Formats: sequence, structure tokens, C-alpha cells
Amino acid sequence: MSTTIIRNGRIIDPTNKRDEIADLYISNGKVIGSKSEIREAFTRRDGKSEIEEIDAKGLIVAPGLIDMHVHLREPGFSHKETIESGARAAAAGGFTTIVCMPNTSPTADNPSTIAWIKDRAAEVACVNVLPAGAISKGLAGEELAPIGSLAKTGVVAITDDGHCIQNHEVMRRAVEYARMVDLPVLDHCQDYNLVGTGVAHEGYWSTLLGLPGWPAAGEEAMVMRNILLAELCDHPIHCQHLTTAGSVRLLREARQRGVKISGEVCPHHVVLTDEAIQNFDTNYKMNPPLRSQTDVDALLEGIADGTLSILCSDHAPHAGFEKEVEFDVAPFGIIGLETELALFINLLVHKHAKIDITRLIEMYTVEPARLLKLDAGTLSPGSRADVTLIDPALKWTVNVDQFQSVSRNSPFDGWKLKGRAVRTIVDGKTVWKL
Amino acid sequence: MTTRWTRKDLLGLRELSADEINFVLETADAFKQVGTREIKKVPALRGKTLVNFFVEPSTRTRTSFELAALRLSADVINISATTSSLTKGETLKDTALNLEALHADILVLRHSSAGAPQFLANQLKASVINAGDGAHEHPTQALLDLYTIRERRGKIAGLRVAIVGDILFSRVARSNIFGLLKLGAHVTLVGPSTLVPREFEKLGVEVSHQIEDVLPKADVVNLLRIQHERQRREYFPGIGEYIRLFGLTKERAKLLKPNCLIMHPGPINRGVEIDSEVADGLHSVILAQVTNGLAVRMAVLYLCGGVAT
Amino acid sequence: MKQAKQRTSDAAVPTMDAEAIRRALQRIAHEIIERNPQLTHVVLAGIPSRGVEIAQRIAAFIHQIRKINVETGVIDVAMHRDDVGTRSELPIVRESKLPLPLEERTVIVVDDVFYTGRTVRAAMDAINSFGRPARIQLAVLIDRGHRELPIRPDYVGKNLPTSGNEKVRVRLEQTDGQPDEVRLQKQ
Repeated sequence: MSTTIIRNGRIIDPTNKRDEIADLYISNGKVIGSKSEIREAFTRRDGKSEIEEIDAKGLIVAPGLIDMHVHLREPGFSHKETIESGARAAAAGGFTTIVCMPNTSPTADNPSTIAWIKDRAAEVACVNVLPAGAISKGLAGEELAPIGSLAKTGVVAITDDGHCIQNHEVMRRAVEYARMVDLPVLDHCQDYNLVGTGVAHEGYWSTLLGLPGWPAAGEEAMVMRNILLAELCDHPIHCQHLTTAGSVRLLREARQRGVKISGEVCPHHVVLTDEAIQNFDTNYKMNPPLRSQTDVDALLEGIADGTLSILCSDHAPHAGFEKEVEFDVAPFGIIGLETELALFINLLVHKHAKIDITRLIEMYTVEPARLLKLDAGTLSPGSRADVTLIDPALKWTVNVDQFQSVSRNSPFDGWKLKGRAVRTIVDGKTVWKL
Repeated sequence: MTTRWTRKDLLGLRELSADEINFVLETADAFKQVGTREIKKVPALRGKTLVNFFVEPSTRTRTSFELAALRLSADVINISATTSSLTKGETLKDTALNLEALHADILVLRHSSAGAPQFLANQLKASVINAGDGAHEHPTQALLDLYTIRERRGKIAGLRVAIVGDILFSRVARSNIFGLLKLGAHVTLVGPSTLVPREFEKLGVEVSHQIEDVLPKADVVNLLRIQHERQRREYFPGIGEYIRLFGLTKERAKLLKPNCLIMHPGPINRGVEIDSEVADGLHSVILAQVTNGLAVRMAVLYLCGGVAT
Repeated sequence: MKQAKQRTSDAAVPTMDAEAIRRALQRIAHEIIERNPQLTHVVLAGIPSRGVEIAQRIAAFIHQIRKINVETGVIDVAMHRDDVGTRSELPIVRESKLPLPLEERTVIVVDDVFYTGRTVRAAMDAINSFGRPARIQLAVLIDRGHRELPIRPDYVGKNLPTSGNEKVRVRLEQTDGQPDEVRLQKQ
């Protein structure tokens, strides 16, 4: 029987419209709220249990943050990351729940692999790991994966992330099928024909450097496809890692009409532009790529007006030797769990004042929980005690060598940031503190 | 005496200043003279080892670099993709580190990946000379083009230069654009709209798809080789169409000013981008480019190889 | 020729003024005429930068005296140096110009200051790549001693013993845009 009191923090709990300095009580892994519960927690103290007191003065006390776009690489690629190390990285970044993508080896397109992931996570992961299943077998975009069985095994969503179903008919049937088992569909929006061998945003810099371009239309074509299908099938489709002004515009118009379409943003797409690739540093090579300042501005507007509702990292670990190759050959992606919160706080709250910290927390809690129908993202009494303590004013310098992640592929090494998660609590227990 | 050259590598023209470019051209003057001596050899790089690492094959450029190095008394080794262990899965970085362990002083790299020379230059103490990286840059080609124009016309500034062909995929075009603009030339790009990206207009070049409009005003016409490999079919319908719209035929050559120079990086496709007769005609300085290429490369090797490490 | 007995360092008075230089070069011109009966076979090849102007001046004196036009040329030694890559500054290379063919000619290498002899060695190397002259001679305005190779000038304007931490500074009107003078400076 354990009790924790988090004292004097600024509790920001958007679900309950709470923003006040108060104490938060946790008992037996749950948030407790009524005076009687609290009294009980104190009186049941029988010498065997402890009361842990955490001083949260100057800190924000938020529901445990959720990152719904993470690559844990296990099974199959444990030289890049493991479920265990990825979970630690998540905790270090302030996240109590992560959703892992199915492009593992074997692909998470079958119940056995999902069961393996869940078992492994239960064994070694210090945060909640929720698997996403594949939409198509082998992520090949041709045949449907056994989505019903995946639902029964406990996936929280389906996605072919890393890949994108090109055949709209196949995608339509997948969305209809997912509706049956009430699973949201997440899509990595990429038209393979328009994109071709593109490795960098098709624009001024790709032209100057002679790199094959990845045109904005390549993403927008699939965003459009998803809007049409979300309407046709009356089922939510969530567009992953959106990067273009056109995508924001399409989403805004469709959402205004009530279409069940949503979108997420990763920090690198708003913190950097395609100018960053001019030295061919592969730490700036991602899919989708860094885009122009115009796109960045549109993404920021989209965050401000709620068109883009979810924040995440697309944490994509790769070993050093894999990234230390020629630019067009290097694998796409960067790690992000341990820097995303700070980057977003710096850019969105401190620098541009596009949103306030409450909305930022909402985009990391309420919004993903709602989309994925998770019992999380809130500090309501009775809810699981997943809590993130954030110091919004803490100044720190990013040092990749101190990361929990196995990999080091981050362009933010050495960046001076303000704001950081200082303690992560899962199920009432502190799993990480600064 | 002081040098205005402090770079150990030559990766491209985009990062060079106009001063630096002019300095290379002036240095090339001195080395061109060596080619007219009885003993065409100077000891400037004696004892240095130069490796021609041509992952993307080329006979002409490689021979030019090899000859330039030999005339500077350097020792030369030639490695191609097939003779290297890249085929055995060794990474580019490891191959280069191995070469450095053999005390290679200068690495001349041609590679199909843009940025590969920069990638190596960051890892190696040796000098890295870019002999062409993907569609990105081919600095020595542009330098010899600039040298040839300067030799024939006395200057670059104010001249109207037309670059014709597949600009999008051309490293020769890019390096030339950077160099010409820095030295004050007026540049017009000509070719099919699918192969001439309008993004370049942001740099200050003009774009045209009507070659007849451009030829009468041009002081220099630089023709690019039309690559008719694989994916290009999506970009333009074929050789016949290209010749009809953009080929420098005998007829079109009549539109040229009398002292207009015709240039081509080679190898030329006679009858495609240029009519056979025109290639051998009075406007053509194509062979002079080859001779100048040797002088320019000697200058580049001397300058980069001579920077104290 | 009188030897300099005194050292001047950054002094008000230069070691050689314009008149002294003029007399020295004129004397060298006479000596060259004496030792080279076939002046049409002579090439005065200056080492850039100041050697070039000195060669031209000597040629002008020879023309004054004998009314014969002796050919001049330029020998750039930078690319023949044996220390490329070891010096902090890379020497600028310039175009060399010598009248060809060199066989049967006497090439007189002309430089402003003769010190270790390595520059002249490089010049002889350069000349060899042009051809094989019948003879090579050496004319210098100043010989400052401290040779490191078995090379010595045939014609000397002035012997000026120096120490290692001194510098001989030569200024010529055409090359430097300043009045002619030779001055000794402490490093």
C-alpha cells in the first residue's frame, strides 16, 4: 500500500479544466481525489507502507504524456533500439505511454508478434507500451492484415507507417474493416509515384544541391485520399507526421465540414527547415522531409487553430554506422523521445506563443487518448496514476551521449533549450527523474 | 608571397568566392605553360600520393586528373567501384579510411551520391577533390569552362552564357551556374520544362524553352550531354523530340553571333545535342576545353595538395 | 668592389640607394658583355618578382653599351620548389617564359637576393624542363652569404654579409612602386 503526495505543483488537467496550485494524491497506483479516500490512505498506513512526498514547487503536474508515434525496433532491429531502452527513453522524455509502430521484423501484422511485443513490454518496459498493428500484410499494401484478430490481441490502432497503401480501393476496404472493430486508422501519407526516389523536400535546396525531390504534393495527394475515405467510410483516419502547408489547408477545410480526419506534427518539422540539409548531414534526413519556411509557418498556424491536434516524435533510431553513409543512401529518421517536449515548449510556448502550455499538454494527453480511446491522459480521481512533472523554465543543453536511447541520431545535440520533464511517474511509481 | 587559397578540399563552386575562383584560373595559366615545355613535368607534388577513386566510372575525367597528377610528379593510383571492396559491402567511409591508412594525400572522388565528397572530406585528413557527385557539382569542369571562356573572351563579367539541355540532373550545369553568376555573367538555361527547374530563377538566372530566342544573343553556348538512360523517359519523350526542339543543328548554328563560343563537357553525342559539323566548326572550343582541363586540374591539385596539414 | 664593412639596421640610410643600384647593374652588364662574346645567344631569365625587373634593366644597359637586344624571360620557380606542403604559405605560381630552343644558349638566371641557393636550384630545375642550354650563369643584385648548396653567383651587385635574423629588403620602382633601394632589417 503506497501513497504519494505531489505537493504544491501547478496541476494542469485539461479534461477536468483544472489549472491550479494544489497537491495531488496517489494511492496504490491510482489518483485519489475525495477527502475520504485521502483520509483512508493516511489512516491505513500501518507502519509497513510509506508516504512519499514530492516537492513540485515551480513545476507543472500534468497527466502522463502520450507519444503515439514511436519506433521501438523490436523485434528484429535491436541494434537500433529495444522495447526496454525505448521505454527508458520515453520516461526520460516525460512520457508514460507510447504507441509503437509495426514495421518491425517480423512485421507486427499478426497476433503472435503483437502478443510477443506486449509480453516483452510487460516484462521490461518502465512505461506503458501500446502496439499498433499493420493495415496490410507485410506492409506491402496489397492484402489486408488480420485486423480483427489484431484488435482482439490488443492493438490500439492500425497503420502501415513507413509505408503507405497506394491502391485506394485496398485502403477503402481496410478503413471499412477497421470500422467494424472500432480501430482508428493511422496513415503515413506518401504517394510513391510523385515522390519517387525523393530524399529532400522538392524546392530551392533540393534543386540547388541536385538531390531528388520529395514534392509536397506527394503528401497532400494521400491526405486528400484519406479525407475522401474518412467521409465515405465514416471512420476516423489520422494523418501521421504532416509537413506541408497544403496538408494543413486540406485538413482545416475537411474538419470544418465535420470529417473524421486528424493530423499530427513532429518537432523537427517545425523547428528546422530544408535549409538544414545543405551540408548533407544525414541527421537532417527524414521521411517526410524537412520543408520550407512557408510550410513551417502553416504548420504553426495549424497547431494554433487546432487543425493539427496531436504532437508526437516519430522516434526513429538508427545505429551510427547506418547513418554515417552518403546522404541519398542513409536511412530516414531521427530519435526524438528525449527532446520533443522541450523543443515544442521552446518553439510553441516560449518563442512563438502559438499555444499555451495547457493546450500543449492537451495535445500530448487528451487528444491522443480520445483518438485511440485510451483510458489515460487525465488526472481524474480513479484514473491510473501516470503523471509527468515538467519544469517549463529549466535551462539545459542537449547531450546525446547521455540519452537513454541506444541510438544517437539526433540533430539537436548541443542545443540549448528551456523546459524539460523532470519526473515521470507510471502507475504511481517514479520511473525516471532528472 | 601569400596565397589566397586555404582549402584542403575542392567540393564545389557554390562555397567559393569570386576571388578564389579567379585565383584558381590565374594559377592555371602558369600550369598551362608547363604543357608547352619539352619536359612537361614539375616536382611540385613529388612524393605525394593521389588516389583516383571513381565509384562512378569515367575515362575522360579520370585520365585528365591522372595526367595532371603525373605532371606534378605525384604518384597515382586508380580505383574504380569494381576494383574496390565496395562490392564486398565495405562502406564508403571504411574504404576511404583504408586509403588514408596507406597515406594517400589527395583523394579525387567521383560518386553517384550528392554530398559524398563532403562526407569524406569531413572524415579524412587527406585532400578531397570532387570529380562529380551525383547531380550536385563538378567543380573542375566548371573551372575549365570558365578558364576557356576567359581565355577566348578575356573576361566573364557581362557575357551572356546559355546552358542547354538536361539541367535538372546535371552537376556540370550547377557548378557552371554558381561560377558564372559569381563572376558576373548573365546566365540563361534552355531545355524542356521538365528538365529545367524554375527554382534556379531564384539565383538570378533566366529560363527559356525556345532555343531560337536565346542563340542570337549568346556569347557562349554550353551544351550538356543528353542522358537517355532509364527514368528520363518520364521527363522528355526521346532523342528525336529533343533534337527537333533543342538540338544545335547546322541551321540553328547560323543564328549564332560570329564570335560565339560553343562548349560541351563531353563526350558529345554527335547528331543529338550538337550536329557533327557544328562540333568541328569554327565556334567550337570543345577540344580547347580538354587541354584547359589539364591545366585547371594541375592548378587545383597544386593548391589543395599544397595546403600544409 | 668595395665590401660593406658596416651593418645598417632599419637605419635612416639604406645599404644601397638608387644610384648605387644603378651603378651595380651597369657593372654587371659590362661583366656579362665581357664574358659572353655571343650576346645574341644570351637569355636574361628573371625569377619573379624582382628578378624580372632586374633582368630587364640589365638588358637595357647592355643595349645602351652595345646596341644589342638581349632576350629576357621569366622563370617561375614556385612549382619546382621541393618544399610544397611544408611551408605555411603556398607560393603563388606564375607563368614561365623562355625563348626556345635553349640548346646553344647561355641562360643567365637573374634574382634580387642570393641566400641559401635553393631558389636557384629550383630555377635550374625549371630551365631543364624547357630544354638543355649550353650554359647557365647566375646574376644577383645582393649576395647575403649563408649558401646551403654548392651554387655561387657569377655576377654580384654587392656582397652583403648578414646574420640569420636579418632580412634584406629590396624595393624596385617598377615592381614595388617605390624608389629603388636595398635595406637591411632586423627580423
